[in-house]
Amino acid sequence: MDIKDFNSDDPPAWCPGCGNFGIQGSIKLALSKLGKKPQEYLFVSGIGQAAKLPHYIRANFFNGLHGRALPAAAAAKIVNNDLTVVITTGDGDCYGEGGNHFIHNIRRNVDMTVIVHDNQIYGLTKGQASPTSEPDMKTKIQPNGVILSPFRPLETALALDCGFVARGSAAEKEHLAELILAGINHKGFSLIDVLQPCVSFNKLNTYEWYAKRCYKLPGDYNPADKTTAQTKAAEWGDRIPLGIIYKSEKPSYGELSGLDKMKPLVDYDISHIDIAPAFKDFY
Amino acid sequence: MRSEISIRIAGEAGQGIIAVGTMLCRLYKDTGRHIFAIQDYMSRIRGGSNFFQIRVADKPIFSPRDKADIIIALDKEAVAANKGSLAGGGLLIMDAEKYGIKNLEKGWLSAPIYSLALEAGGPIYANSVALGIFTAITCEGPEAAYKVSNKEFSGKSSEIIENNKLAVRKGFDYAAGRIKDCAFLITGAPHERACLLAGNEALALGAIAAGCKFYTAYPMSPSTGIMNTMADYAAKYGIIVEQAEDEIAAINMAVGAGFAGVRAMTGTSGGGFALMCEGLSLAAMTETPVVIALVMRPGPATGFPTRTEQGDLEFALHAGHGEFARAVYSPGSPEEAFLIAKRAFNTAERFQLPVIILSDQYLAESYMNICPPNPSVEPQDRGRLFKTGSDPDTHRYAYTDDGISPRVLPGRSNILAAADSDEHGPEGHITELADVRVRMTDKRLHLKMAGLSKEILPPTVVNPGAATMLCGFGSTLGLLKEVCAAAKNAGFIHYSQVWPFPAGATYAALKGTGRVITVENNASGQLARLIKRETSITPDGSILKYDGRPFTLDETLSALANFYSASKSKDTNPIAQL
Repeated sequence: MDIKDFNSDDPPAWCPGCGNFGIQGSIKLALSKLGKKPQEYLFVSGIGQAAKLPHYIRANFFNGLHGRALPAAAAAKIVNNDLTVVITTGDGDCYGEGGNHFIHNIRRNVDMTVIVHDNQIYGLTKGQASPTSEPDMKTKIQPNGVILSPFRPLETALALDCGFVARGSAAEKEHLAELILAGINHKGFSLIDVLQPCVSFNKLNTYEWYAKRCYKLPGDYNPADKTTAQTKAAEWGDRIPLGIIYKSEKPSYGELSGLDKMKPLVDYDISHIDIAPAFKDFY
Repeated sequence: MRSEISIRIAGEAGQGIIAVGTMLCRLYKDTGRHIFAIQDYMSRIRGGSNFFQIRVADKPIFSPRDKADIIIALDKEAVAANKGSLAGGGLLIMDAEKYGIKNLEKGWLSAPIYSLALEAGGPIYANSVALGIFTAITCEGPEAAYKVSNKEFSGKSSEIIENNKLAVRKGFDYAAGRIKDCAFLITGAPHERACLLAGNEALALGAIAAGCKFYTAYPMSPSTGIMNTMADYAAKYGIIVEQAEDEIAAINMAVGAGFAGVRAMTGTSGGGFALMCEGLSLAAMTETPVVIALVMRPGPATGFPTRTEQGDLEFALHAGHGEFARAVYSPGSPEEAFLIAKRAFNTAERFQLPVIILSDQYLAESYMNICPPNPSVEPQDRGRLFKTGSDPDTHRYAYTDDGISPRVLPGRSNILAAADSDEHGPEGHITELADVRVRMTDKRLHLKMAGLSKEILPPTVVNPGAATMLCGFGSTLGLLKEVCAAAKNAGFIHYSQVWPFPAGATYAALKGTGRVITVENNASGQLARLIKRETSITPDGSILKYDGRPFTLDETLSALANFYSASKSKDTNPIAQL
């Protein structure tokens, strides 16, 4: 497929220079390499600037409620196993409002890829702290600086034995596209946390701030080693690793529930269901 | 010989009260009687004081009585808690020696329930001893009890099955030799009402028959029985039952599954439904079909988790932010629960919106014998759903005369599917245009309401225009039937669909009526307010009950009588509170 096949005619409502443009480019690049048609994808999102992305990619899309992308996405995949499901969400959407769904959908392990546009700030509501904001960062609501400990998505995912944990950067288009490709190809819940500068509201975690700290995991890094992965997932500050932090094969929801051996639930003919045998049990 | 009796098995949680209750229901149903059974239990796993009461009669019955003719108490606390419910001439059977009770009151009878249970294998078999006693007192042979016992314990080890059978035998022999009393004999004859079903089970079977492929819920009393039944048949009917992490996940999963193209459902009670409100609004905005069972229990907050109330009528009518069309059904019996579940999926898909089925603990967990439903009723209609299609200009939210747009399945054609919780244009993309907003609101609200209003389920009306017309919705259908059969000059209107409200049918039923009284299991008369708002008919008063227990036939009849005398002396709307 060509990148152009995924061009939407809906113009983006993002700020000029927004990190979301880089992520959008990486997603399209990954899709062009996968070879599937737009109608084979379902993009699901919640609310926020990241969650507008499904409008800006030509594919099926479900733009639901704030924080609730994961349950809607998981169910869509459960009932139509043929769909390739990708979620675009933000740090507020996924780790704040939807935190409980984040935890339990890692446990559920439905085959879907979650791309979290993590800009460490609330953009659409104009600059409040997010779950991943740096301690001491000052905002209008937190004038003395953030006093809550930051949420650590990669360490949380690892603690829940998520089978695919990666971190990318909105500034590293090809590298991020490779992570997205690997995430989609991984069977199960894939988390890709993407560092994304917010040019309008986050004056701390800028392109320069990330560029100074981010480095790519070396070619001999073994993402199957969980102990090392835990160390890398926790690495934050002067140096921030990018790449597939952890990857392990474990049975997905589709395999464990038996869905993978059935035809997709949407394809069942439900016009004539014989309920009489069930009633016999109540005689 | 009697035409009916009520029997009660009482004890603490964990003693197998429900098992005895359901076995007795099956026994009397199998031997040609009609039954109606209620469960009264506390929100705990062990201990407390629970009972299961079965009304057995020679004709169809639809409501519980106040008093029981035979009570077996399986612990000392049950004696104290239930002695006030013993009918005149009734028997309260307990193990006086075991419970340390010295003075037996009139109608009390001691039986060595626990030493018989020990002989059968242990105190756990006390409930089967009770089953044997009930069987003997009501003049049934032991074979009928063995049959239901074997069925009840069929999944257990042969030792457990045999021990239960032995316990039944011991209870039977003891009672047959000493307290067999043909005063408790009820006549009966084989009948067509051969299914024994509670509302939750009926609702689940209706959903399965409708082709529901995805049921998701967070366990919450008293709605969990729906999920249990769905899970029982999931493998056989190809259904995924997914336990959600919370009710917010449940409604959003159901909407996601509905969007992807299957019939999807969730179920909960008031507190969980409160969490689902935003998702309800999402279903409306995205025009996604979804069916929600709201099995009411008394609130506010946690309230009475295992008891009954009809306090969420107005909540169901108004839940969710923003203005949108919805349908709210309120089945009055297990038969209606089955048929309405089928209908609800048709309505949800044809109008592409959320549909709520209002039930309550009383309907959900009361057993009745019913006729197996006719499978051809409410045939499936999926509305404007297209599995395949070729016109790429088919817009998900295209404007149409009736407000219903074509719905395509994602991944099943070259047309792309779209859903958006923001205000959107016909193609599903976000917009803030004023004229689009107005047209889309008209589509989701006015056009769909107009369509829904053309096919409201007609209310059940008996004796329209009678001197006194009772009004009810949901679980009180059976009660209204029996009250009106027993009271003079009374009729009733019962709503199995409360939204859109059947104003026309209401006018017709209440025209020329002397007195309009609503009968509601809530504290404020929510149905009375709804009738007034939708028809300008002001009910003359309400019989209300809000102690967490269902209406009984006896107390409703006496409340009606009290109501008549009270209302003569007051100018304001009288409210008879039970």
